Amino acid sequence: MAQRERRQAPPYGGTFVPRTRVMDRDGIRRAIWRMAHEIIEANAETESLVLVGLQTGGVQVAEAIAEALRSITEEPVEVGTLDVAFYRDDIGLRPVLPEAVTDIPWNLDGRTVILCDDVLFTGRTIRAALNALGDYGRPRAVRLAVMVDRGHRELPIRPDHVGKNLPTRRDEVVDVSEDGVDLGEMVR
Amino acid sequence: MSGAPTAPARRRHLLDIADIGGRADLEEVLRLTDAFAEVGERPIPKVPALRGKTVAWLFYEDSTRTRLSFETAARRLSADTLNFSVSSSSVKKGESLLDTARTIEAMGVDAIVVRHRSAGAPHRIAGWVDASVVNAGDGWHEHPTQALLDTYTLHRHLGGLDGAHIAIIGDIKHSRVARSDIWAFTQMGAEVTLVAPPTLLPPDLTGWPVRVSHDLDAVLPTLDVAYLLRMQRERMTEALLPSLREYTARWGLTVRRAEHLKDGAVILHPGPMNRGVEVAPEVADLDRSLILDQVRNGVSVRMAVLFLLLGADPANLLDA
Repeated sequence: MAQRERRQAPPYGGTFVPRTRVMDRDGIRRAIWRMAHEIIEANAETESLVLVGLQTGGVQVAEAIAEALRSITEEPVEVGTLDVAFYRDDIGLRPVLPEAVTDIPWNLDGRTVILCDDVLFTGRTIRAALNALGDYGRPRAVRLAVMVDRGHRELPIRPDHVGKNLPTRRDEVVDVSEDGVDLGEMVR
Repeated sequence: MSGAPTAPARRRHLLDIADIGGRADLEEVLRLTDAFAEVGERPIPKVPALRGKTVAWLFYEDSTRTRLSFETAARRLSADTLNFSVSSSSVKKGESLLDTARTIEAMGVDAIVVRHRSAGAPHRIAGWVDASVVNAGDGWHEHPTQALLDTYTLHRHLGGLDGAHIAIIGDIKHSRVARSDIWAFTQMGAEVTLVAPPTLLPPDLTGWPVRVSHDLDAVLPTLDVAYLLRMQRERMTEALLPSLREYTARWGLTVRRAEHLKDGAVILHPGPMNRGVEVAPEVADLDRSLILDQVRNGVSVRMAVLFLLLGADPANLLDA
C-alpha cells in the first residue's frame, strides 16, 4: 500500500489488519498478464507506449506490466515514476508530503502514457497525476491501469485496465503487495 | 507495518535553525528538498502546491540573491508574492516595525519573509502576526535557510556530514551565516573549526561546539570543507584589521594555499564574493568550488521551507 494512504488513514496511520485475502500471488500475476495483453490489443503502436507508475504503490504495478509487455513484444518498454504530492487538492487539509521523486526523463509529446496505480479509490490521485503529466509534455493519450478498483469515486474518472473490481466499504482499506491483495481495516 | 512515517509536526515559523528540530528533522528537510530539486529540473519547473497562498518580502536590509532565491522558490510553488520595499515605503516616513507588520498581514498574506539589521526582529514580528514568519537574516544572529542550503549542498556532494572536518573561515563575529551553519553542521555530525584573526571572533565562545584556530595553513590540509565567509569591507572602519591585504595574506584562500587542500575537499561561500580578498579569483572557479551549487540548491531548500510552513497543516485534519 502506498505510504501516503497509510499516513492519511485517520488520523495518521495505525496498523493495517488484514481480514480477507481477495487475490493471491498467482491471481496478481494473471491479472498483470491480462492487462499487458489488453494494452497491446488497444495500442497497435507499442513503441509509442510509456508506463508511468504513481509513487509509491503504482511503481511495482508499472514494473510488472512492463516486464510482461517486454516478454510479449520482445521490445524495450520505458517505465517512469510520478509523485503527485504537489498537485493534490488536499494540501492544507492533510499532511501532504512527497514520498519519492518523480522520474520522467523523456518528453511525453505524442506518446501514449499508461498511468499505473495499485488502488483506484476516489480518483483524486489520478486527477492530480493528469495535471502533473501536463508539465512533462502533451501525450497523445493517457490510459489508466489499476490493480484494484475499489469504487467510491468522487470525480468522473474511470480505469481502462483493471486487475480486479472489488466492492468495498468506505472505511475499509485495501492493501496491494507482490504477495496478493488484502482487504482489512486500519487499527490505531 | 512498522516504519510508517508519522505526520510532520506543524511548524509555524522558521526563526532559528533550531526551529527545524534535531538531526532527524534536518534529514527530513533534506529529503524533502530532493523532491523540490527534481521539480527544478522539469521542462516546466512549476507545481501548484501553494496556489492561492501569498508570501510577502519585508527586507530592511539590502539583499538581491536571497530575495530572488525566495521569490523563485515561491513562484515555482505557484504562490503569489508581494514585495514590501522598505526603501521606498512608509518605513521611510517613520512607520514602526509593529505597524508595518500588521499592515502587511491585514492584506491577507500567509507568510512574511523578513530580513532586518537587528537581531530578533523576525521573532518580534512572529509574536505580533498570525502569518508564518521566515527569518531571512537578522543582524549577526541567524540565517537559517542559508544553513539549510549549505547542509543540503554538502550532504549531496559528500554523501553525508558524519566526521567531516569543516572550517568556517573569516569574519565569524559579524556572521549570522556562521551561527546558523555551526548548529546545522554539528547536528549532522560534522566537526567544525573556526579560523579567524582574534578580532573577528566573538569575544566569548563558551558552549559553542567548535574548535578555534588562528592559523589557516595549519588547518588547511585536514579539511573536507573550507567555508569562506565574506570579508565585510564595511567593517574595516572598526579597525579590526590592519588592512584587507594583510587579511588576504594570512586568511585568504589563495592559489598557493588551495593546493594544500586534500583531494575531494570542497569550497563553499555564501556570496557575494570579494574575489581577491577572501578567495582568489582562480580558486573560486575550481571544480572543487560548490558556490554555484549553493545558489541552485538555495531555491530548492526555500521551496521545501515554504512548503513545510504553508503546505502541510495536520492541525486542520483534526477538525475533518
